[in-house]
Amino acid sequence: MTSGALHPPDSRPAADSVPIPSSLVTLLVGMALVLSGLWVGYNVDLLPLDASANAPVYDSLFRVLFSIGTILFLGIVGLVVFSLVRFRRRAGDHTDGLAIEGNLLLEIVWTAIPAIVVLFVGIYSYDIYERMGGMSSLNDHSAMHQMPAMETMEASVSSAEGGQEPAARVWGGIGTGAGEANVLPVEVTAMQFAFIFHYPEGDITSGELHVPNGRPVELRMKANDVIHAFWVPQFRLKQDVIPGQPTVLTFTPTKAGSYPIICAELCGPYHGGMRSTVIVHEPDAYDAWLQKNSPVTATVASAPSTPTA
Amino acid sequence: MTSLATSTSAAEAVTAEAHEGHADLRLFGLATFLVADGMTFAGFFAAYLTFRAVNPLPAGSTYELELLLPSINTMLLLVSSYTFHRSGRHLLLGQMGPCRAWLLLTAGLGAAFLAGQMIEYFTLPFGLTDNLFASTFYALTGFHGLHVTLGVICILLVWFQTRQGGRVTSAAPFGLEAAELYWHFVDGIWVVLYGILYLL
Amino acid sequence: MTVASPNDFQDSLQPQGWLRYFSFSLDHKVIGLQYLVTGFLFYFIGGAMAGVIRAELASPISDFVSRETYNEVLTLHGTVMIFLWIVPVVNGGFGNYLIPFYVGARDMAFPRLNAVAFWMIPPAGILLIGSYFITGAAQSGWTAYPPLSLTTPALGQVVWIVSVLLLGGSSIFGGINFIATVLKLRRPGLKLMQLPMYCWAMLGTSILVVLSTPVLAGTLLLLSFDIVAHTGFFNPALGGNVVVYQHLFWFYSHPAVYIMVLPAFGLVSEILPIHARKPLFGYTTMVYSIMAIVVLGLVVWAHHMFTSGTPPWMRLFFTIATSFIAVPTGIKFFNWLATLWGGKLALNSAMLFSCAFIVNFVFGGITGVALAQVPFDIHVHDTYFVVGHFHYIVYGGTVFVIFASIYHWYPKFTGRMLNEDLGRLHFLLTFVGFNLCFAPQHWLGLNGMPRRVAEYDPSFTTLNQISSVGALLMAISSLPFLYNVLVSAFRGQVAGDNPWNALTPEWLTSSPPPVENWIGAAPLVEHPYGYGVDEETLSLEAATGKDLWSGAGRR
Repeated sequence: MTSGALHPPDSRPAADSVPIPSSLVTLLVGMALVLSGLWVGYNVDLLPLDASANAPVYDSLFRVLFSIGTILFLGIVGLVVFSLVRFRRRAGDHTDGLAIEGNLLLEIVWTAIPAIVVLFVGIYSYDIYERMGGMSSLNDHSAMHQMPAMETMEASVSSAEGGQEPAARVWGGIGTGAGEANVLPVEVTAMQFAFIFHYPEGDITSGELHVPNGRPVELRMKANDVIHAFWVPQFRLKQDVIPGQPTVLTFTPTKAGSYPIICAELCGPYHGGMRSTVIVHEPDAYDAWLQKNSPVTATVASAPSTPTA
Repeated sequence: MTSLATSTSAAEAVTAEAHEGHADLRLFGLATFLVADGMTFAGFFAAYLTFRAVNPLPAGSTYELELLLPSINTMLLLVSSYTFHRSGRHLLLGQMGPCRAWLLLTAGLGAAFLAGQMIEYFTLPFGLTDNLFASTFYALTGFHGLHVTLGVICILLVWFQTRQGGRVTSAAPFGLEAAELYWHFVDGIWVVLYGILYLL
Repeated sequence: MTVASPNDFQDSLQPQGWLRYFSFSLDHKVIGLQYLVTGFLFYFIGGAMAGVIRAELASPISDFVSRETYNEVLTLHGTVMIFLWIVPVVNGGFGNYLIPFYVGARDMAFPRLNAVAFWMIPPAGILLIGSYFITGAAQSGWTAYPPLSLTTPALGQVVWIVSVLLLGGSSIFGGINFIATVLKLRRPGLKLMQLPMYCWAMLGTSILVVLSTPVLAGTLLLLSFDIVAHTGFFNPALGGNVVVYQHLFWFYSHPAVYIMVLPAFGLVSEILPIHARKPLFGYTTMVYSIMAIVVLGLVVWAHHMFTSGTPPWMRLFFTIATSFIAVPTGIKFFNWLATLWGGKLALNSAMLFSCAFIVNFVFGGITGVALAQVPFDIHVHDTYFVVGHFHYIVYGGTVFVIFASIYHWYPKFTGRMLNEDLGRLHFLLTFVGFNLCFAPQHWLGLNGMPRRVAEYDPSFTTLNQISSVGALLMAISSLPFLYNVLVSAFRGQVAGDNPWNALTPEWLTSSPPPVENWIGAAPLVEHPYGYGVDEETLSLEAATGKDLWSGAGRR
C-alpha cells in the first residue's frame, strides 16, 4: 500500500527519486513478516509451565498477542531502519526531501487496520476471559456470600437471604462457572507477611496450599491488614486480597507438582519474602494428606459441612 | 535570597507593563482554574456516591440529615449570587455607592451562611470520625466552607478596593468580576452538594 | 489583542546574566531553562535511587540496603522521576521555552503565575528528598495505596503528600498558563491549524492536567485526613473502602502517563521533519489523534485495577476503551514513519534518539495493548512485566525524546552546538543500556517475579544481573552527556541563529533569543513544516522576512 501512495508529486529525474518497491516486493516482505511473526509467536516460549485448566487458554491468547506484536514490531523497526539507511543524508547533499504533506487514503488505511486488529483482539480476549470464568457471577452460588439489599455497582448481586455475615459479599475475582458442584473451598487469609489456608472440609489450617489434581478449587480470600495479592504464575492467575472486601479465585489444577505462591502487591518491608507454595497432589495423595492432617475429629470433619450450595 | 527578593519587585514592574501588552486573560485563567477546582469537588462527590452505594454503615447510623437549616443556607447563597450580580451591574454603570452596598450585603449573606454551617456542625449528632458518612460529610461541607470563607474575604477586599481611589473601578472591574465569577462557582457547587448530600 | 512593542522590557529591573536563572524571573525562556536544569538535577538523584534498586536486585537476597530503606528508595524513585523529572521537563521545561515562540508571543499568558509554578518545585523536591534523611521517607510506593500508606510511618507519608500536592499545584498552574497561551495569545493572523504540533500536544496535555490533577489532590487530602485525623475514608477497619482510593488515584495517574507522553509526541513531531527535511505527514490527523488520546485517556483508568476486585462489566469496558487508545497512537506512529519515508535523514544525535523513541515506544505500546486485555493482565499485573512496560513508555519513550530535544534545541538555548561524536556515544550507550536493563524484565514478570521486591527466586538471578548491568551502562551513558552539555556551553562550535535550517518560529530569531523573543514583530509562520523546497530559498539570509514563511516556502 505504501508504494503507490508515496509517489513523488513532482517530476524529478528517475535516478533521483525514491525507488518504489514494486508491489511484488511489498507483498513478499509482508508475507515474510507475517510468517516470521507467527513463527516467533508459536515457537518462542516465554511462559512458565502451564499447570491449571486456565493456563493453556491463557497461553493461546498470549501466542496470538505475541504473534501480532512481533509482526507489528518487526515491521515498524524494519521501516525505521530501512528509512535510516536508505534515506540517510549523503555528504554534500543539502536538498530537501519530498514535500508530501499527507495522504487521506493512507490515513484511512492505518486508522482502519489497527482499529480492526484491536477490535479482534478485544473480542478474542473477552472470549478467553469468559472461558476463564471471569464473567461468571460471584455472589449467587454460595451461602456464605450474603449482603444486605442495597444499591451496588455489581449486576450480579444475589438477593439476600439474611445471612449471619452481612459483610461477606464477594467484591471481585474469578468465580466458579455454573454447574461446578465438586468445588473444593479453601479460605485464604493474607496478612503481613504470610498466607494462611483453612480447609472447611477438614478443619485444617495450613501455611501451604494443598490441592488435588483435577478438582476445581475456590479460594475465598480476605486480608487482615493491608492489600496483598495471591499469584501463582503457573496457574496464570492473580487476585488482590483486599481488607474489608472479600474476593474469590477459582482454578482447576491440571499438573501435579509444587508451584510458588507469590504476594504481588506491595505490602510492607517483607513483601518480597511473602511467599508460599501450592502443592498439587494426585487425588489419592491429597486424601492421604487430608487424613493425616485433620484434627482429632477427622471423621466428623470429612462429612461435608458444605459451605457451598 | 537577596537576589530573589529584589527581583520580585522588579517582577511586579514588568507584569504591570506586560498586561498592557496583550488582552486581559485573567478571567479566562480564573475560569480554567475553577474547572480544575470543580474537578476536586467532582472527585469528592464521586467518592461520596461510591461510598454510599457500596459501603454499609454500622448499625444505628444513617444518611438522613436535618433539612431546615441547610435549605435556609441554600437560599442565602442563591440570594447572595443575585446581590453580587447587582453589585457588578452598578459597578459597570459607575454607581459606586449601590455597588458597595450590594457587595456588603453579599458578604453578609456569605457570613450568615458560614454561621448557619457552624450551627449545623455543633448540633449534628455525629463527629468527624464517627463513621464513613460523617467523615465524608465534614470533608465535603468543610472544603466548601473553606471556599465560602475565601470568597467572603475576597468580597471584603473588593469592597475595600472600590473605595474612592481604590483599584477597582468601572474602568478596571477585574477584581470584582473575578470575585463574582468565583462566588457564582462556589454557589453552584453548593447547589450540587446540597442535592447530593442532603436531598438524595 | 496587540503584541507588545519590543522596547517594553528593555529597561526592566530584572537581574541579568547567569543570576537571573536563580531569580524569580518572568521570562519564559529563563523559566523553561530553570525547569530543565532542575529536572535534570532530580533525574540524577532519581537515577542514583534506581542504582540502589538495581544493586539490591543484583543478588536474590536482601543484602544491599535494609528492607525499609529499599521501600523508601523505590517510593522516592517513582515519585521523583514522575513528578520532579518527566512532568516538569516535558511540560514546564520545553513548554515554557517553546510555546510562546510557536504562538508568536513575547511571553506566556501569565508570567508571574508561571514563575510561581516553577518555584513550587524546588521546595517540594527538597521536602521529598529531605524526608528521607530527617523523618524517613514514605514506604508505600508512589501509588501510596491505603491501608499500607496508613500503616507505614506516618510522618514520611504526610511529607510525601504535601510534596505531591505542591507539585500537583505547580502542574495545574502550568496547565492553565499553557491553555491560555495557546488558545488566546496567538499572534494575529495565526490560525489554530497552523500551529506547530507541540502546541497541540501541550494543549491536550494541559486539558488532562486541569481535569485530572485536582482529583489526585482531593484524594491525597482525604488520605492525609485518614493519617492525621484518623478518619476512615480508605481504612477498612473504620468502614472505609480502599478500592475507591485506587479509582480516584488512577483517574489522575493514568492520564499522567499521557501528561508525560503527549508532550514527547509533540517534541518528536517538531524534530523529525527538520532532520528529515520533509513536512510533517498528516498534520490534521495528528491533531485529531492527540485530542482522541485526551478523551480516551480520561476513561481508561481502571485497567490498573483488573485484579483489585472490580466488577466484570467494569473490566470489560476498560479493556475495550484501553485497547482503542492504540488506534490514535498508532496513527501518530505511522505518520512519523511516513514523515521519514523519502526524506533526507541527518543521522545526528537528535534523529537517532527520536528514531529510538519510535522503536522503544512501539515495543512499550504493544505490551501496553496486551496489558489492556483482562486475562493477560491478570497474570502479569504488578509484576516485572509491568515494570518493563512502563519504563519502555516513560524512559524509552519520553526520556529518549528529552535527550533528542536537548540535542535539537541546545543550539537555541546557548548559541553553541553540542559535540556530535559524544552525542552518538551517549545515544549508543543509552540505547544498549536501556534495552539491556528493561527487556529482560518482561520475561522475569511472565515467569514469576513480582514488582517492588527486595528479594526474589534465585532462578531469576542471571537476568536480574543483566538488567543491573544495563542500568550501569545507562548511568555511564550520562557521563559523555554531562561533559558534552557542560563543556559545549563554552567551547562548542558557534551555532548561528538557525543551524538546522528550520522553519518553526523559535529558529527565526537569534540564538540565544533576546528577552522579548524577537527584535521587531513576531514572524507569521503559516507553514511550520513547509520543507521540500530548494536550497536557495531556504538560505539563512532569506529566512528572516515573514513574506517567505507565509507562502513562498511551499511548493
